[in-house]
Parts: sequence; C-alpha cells; structure tokens
Amino acid sequence: MIRAAGTILRKDLLLELRTKEAVPAMTLFTITVYVLFHFGLDRNSLDGDLASGVLWVTLLLAAVIGVTRLFAAEREQGGIDALLLAPVDRTALFVAKASALFLFLVVVELVALPAYDLLLLGPGLGGTLPELPLILLLGNVGIAAVGALVAALAAETRTRELIVPLMLLPLLVPLLISCAQATEPLMRSEQGPEDLGRWLGLLTLYDVVFVLVSVAVFDFLLED
Amino acid sequence: MFSKGLAPLAIATVVTLTAAFTLVFFYAPLDADQGFVQKIFYIHVPMAIVALGGFVAGGIFGIRHLRSGDSSWDLRSYVAIHLSIILGLGVLVTGAIWAKASWGHYWVWDEPVLVSFLVVFLLYCVYFPLRFAIEDPERQARYSSVFAIAAGAFVPLNFTAVRLAEAFTHPRVLSQTGGDLPGEMRLTFLVTLAGMTLLFVTLWKLELTAKHASMQLKKLRRRRAERREAVAA
Amino acid sequence: MTWLAAPALPLDEAGKYVAAAYVVFLALILIYVAIMAAKLVRIDRELTQLAEEDE
Repeated sequence: MIRAAGTILRKDLLLELRTKEAVPAMTLFTITVYVLFHFGLDRNSLDGDLASGVLWVTLLLAAVIGVTRLFAAEREQGGIDALLLAPVDRTALFVAKASALFLFLVVVELVALPAYDLLLLGPGLGGTLPELPLILLLGNVGIAAVGALVAALAAETRTRELIVPLMLLPLLVPLLISCAQATEPLMRSEQGPEDLGRWLGLLTLYDVVFVLVSVAVFDFLLED
Repeated sequence: MFSKGLAPLAIATVVTLTAAFTLVFFYAPLDADQGFVQKIFYIHVPMAIVALGGFVAGGIFGIRHLRSGDSSWDLRSYVAIHLSIILGLGVLVTGAIWAKASWGHYWVWDEPVLVSFLVVFLLYCVYFPLRFAIEDPERQARYSSVFAIAAGAFVPLNFTAVRLAEAFTHPRVLSQTGGDLPGEMRLTFLVTLAGMTLLFVTLWKLELTAKHASMQLKKLRRRRAERREAVAA
Repeated sequence: MTWLAAPALPLDEAGKYVAAAYVVFLALILIYVAIMAAKLVRIDRELTQLAEEDE
C-alpha cells in the first residue's frame, strides 16, 4: 500500500512541478488576500487575535483552491479510469492525495508566512517559533485529510467548484478554532504560548477522527 | 415496510407534547432572571438536541447503508437529515427570537449551542446540492452516505470546539441544558425533550412511508408499461 | 413546589416573544403535515388512475 501511495504521490508531485498550476495559484492568492485585508481593515499591522484570524482564514481559503484542483489531473486526462481499473487500494489513493495536499500547503506556507511577516504582522515572526510550525503541521494534517475526502466527494459532480468551498469550510471550523486560538497568544505584543496544550489536543483529536473516517469511507468513493 | 408502529407513535407524540406544553405553562416556575421569556427554552433546546441527534442518526444510517448495500438505509438517512434541517431552521429562528427577547439582538455569539448549530446547519445544507448533482442513483446514494458519515462525526467535534472557544472568551451565560435546573424545570424540560424526540420519529416514519409508497407506485407503473410493450411486440 | 406558577399570560413584551417562538414551532409542523397531505393526495390519484386502467 505504501509503495502504491508513493507512486501516485510522485506522479502528482511531478505533474505539479511541471505544470505549476495549484501551488503558485494558492500562494499568489494568499498574498493577494493579505493586501485585501490591509485595505479592507485599513490597518498597517495586525497583532493578537486579528493577526491570528487573518492568517488562518486566508490559509483555509487558499486550501479551497488546492482541494478543488486535487483530482483535476485525473479528471481532465481521463486518468481516473485507469487508476480505478488498476488494483490499487483506495487507501493508497487517499494517502497519496492527502500527502500531496499537505506538501502543497507546506510550500505555500513557506512563502506566505514571511510575506505575512513583511506585510501585516506586527510582532515579529521570530517570536512565534517554535510553536507556530507545530500548529501549522498539525493543522495541515487536518486540512489535508478533510480536503482529500471533500475532493473525492465532489470529484464527479457537475457543480464541483461551488460545492467544494461549501463543504470544506464548515468542516474545517473546529480546526480553525483550534489553530486560531493556539496562534493568537503567539502574535500578541508580549509573545508567548498560552493554553497551547488544550488547543493542540483538540487539533490532534480532530486530525485523528478525520483521518480515520476518511480512510474508512474512501473505499466507497470513486468506485465503478 | 416503514409504517410499522406509526399509529401508536403518533398517539404517544400527541399525548407527550400536550403534557409537555401543559407543564411549560402551568407547572414550571418562572425563571428568576429571564422571567417569562425563559419559556422559549423549552422548545428551542429540545429542538436543537433532537436535530443534532437526527444528524448523527443520519450518519449511522449511512454506515449501515455502506455496509449492507441496502438502499432502504440510504432512504432512512436522507429523511433523518431532511427532517433535522427543518428542525434546524426552527432552532435558528426560535434562537433568534430568544436572543432578541433576552439580549436585544437577534443573534449573539455567546451561546455555544446556537453558534455550533449554525455551523452544523450550514454544513448539512450542502447535503442536498451534493446529492442532486450526482446523476447515477447508486452513486448518489453511496456518496450521500459518505457525506452523512463525515458530517455525523463532525457534529460532536464541532460542538466541543465551539464550547471550548466560548468558555474561554465569554463565561457561560446560561447553563441551560440540564446543568443546574431546579426540579420542576428539569422535569418539564425532560418531558418536552421526550415529546420532541417522539415527534421526530413519528414524522420520520411518516415521510419514509410516503416516499416508499411513491416508489412502489413508480415500480408498478414501470412494470405495467413493460408488460404492455411485451404484449404489443 | 410552585404549582400553577404562571398561567397568567402577560400580553406584554415577553408574552409576544414566547408566543412567536411557539407559533414558529407549530407552523413548521403544520407546513410539514400539509406537504405530506399533498403527497398523499397525489399517490391516491395515481392509484385510482392505475386501477381504472386495469378495467
């Protein structure tokens, strides 16, 4: 299963490297939204809960773009039939797609966070380490798992672009709550984690539940 | 097939709900802080609890459907979710009325039950566009069950997260759901909760029976049409 | 034990809100029943039609 997942993952990553469709779009989108927030909120710098909120909401919206594109390659080139005919464990497909989304998110964050620090973040990014990467890591796992599930659910519907955000965003609310609450004290003027254990605990629970649920039901999707 | 026990259920519902409302207006004492307005609590909260239960039940029926392949489970899941959405609308509207009467605004973020309910409601509203965007009936049923399962797992997680977030920023203003209710209020609440649950199950069976009858009719029509073609040929 | 605590419906502000909430609840149920009734009427009509075709 691992090898099959690895093969599919490698195919997706190579495809993305060659076509450069999803990741640049997600990154550009994120930075554009930061600019929008500057004008919309009429603020030069954010801190505390506002900074945390803007960061996470923007990330989730960028994730929507990634999720909508997740099965795009298979759809457009008819590859999905080949994938289903091959004796590939659906779980492998899930792991591959979720891992791809996870890696896309990491790349986006590597660019978006420094950009955020430059454009909007009041207190420096340095004060948020080492906790912020941990929150991002756990958050990305959750987004990747739920995102892959939603992508598969919406893959064969005609109204895909409309359904994905409507399904994905409410499902991500608990994740948003945990991540935003965990990040907020890191972005105050007196930076320092607060109640981190509680929020990371909830976040981990969320991740575990949705990875398990997604793996369990993925077999029933993308059949025939 | 689904109508077994429907009549006694309906009677039980009427009896329980009548008893419940009698208790609400003639037995339960007036709340010290909120006064008469607190009476809304007796339909608002049971509706919320039953609706959330209905959503989770929809997920459980989804699991049964995927495991057995029997489409009657999918029908049960669909109707449960459908009913819960309608109840959910009632929850949001009565919640708004309560909020306006208690705090002067139609919406408040302080109430974790109401807030988490809004998120759940928004999520389940997507069930129908998703379902009807898939043409193949077998796939439609399968994907709907997957959604119902994921969303059902989401409900308790979401409730916990919102509760934690609110507890942090706003201390719990109202500890209604059974926490420290005086005896008479608790009894009244439990009876209304029971009545609401019975109502849900009754309407659920009612809708299932109606849908089933429709489907049987369609099957009959189709078979007669096929038979007529076979005779003509 | 405070029996018969508040049957006196004070038709002031509070009463209107409570009444509105219960009316919403009632309306939802009645609309639902009406839709079910319409469905039943349709099923009955179709059944009669089928029975007639058989003659």
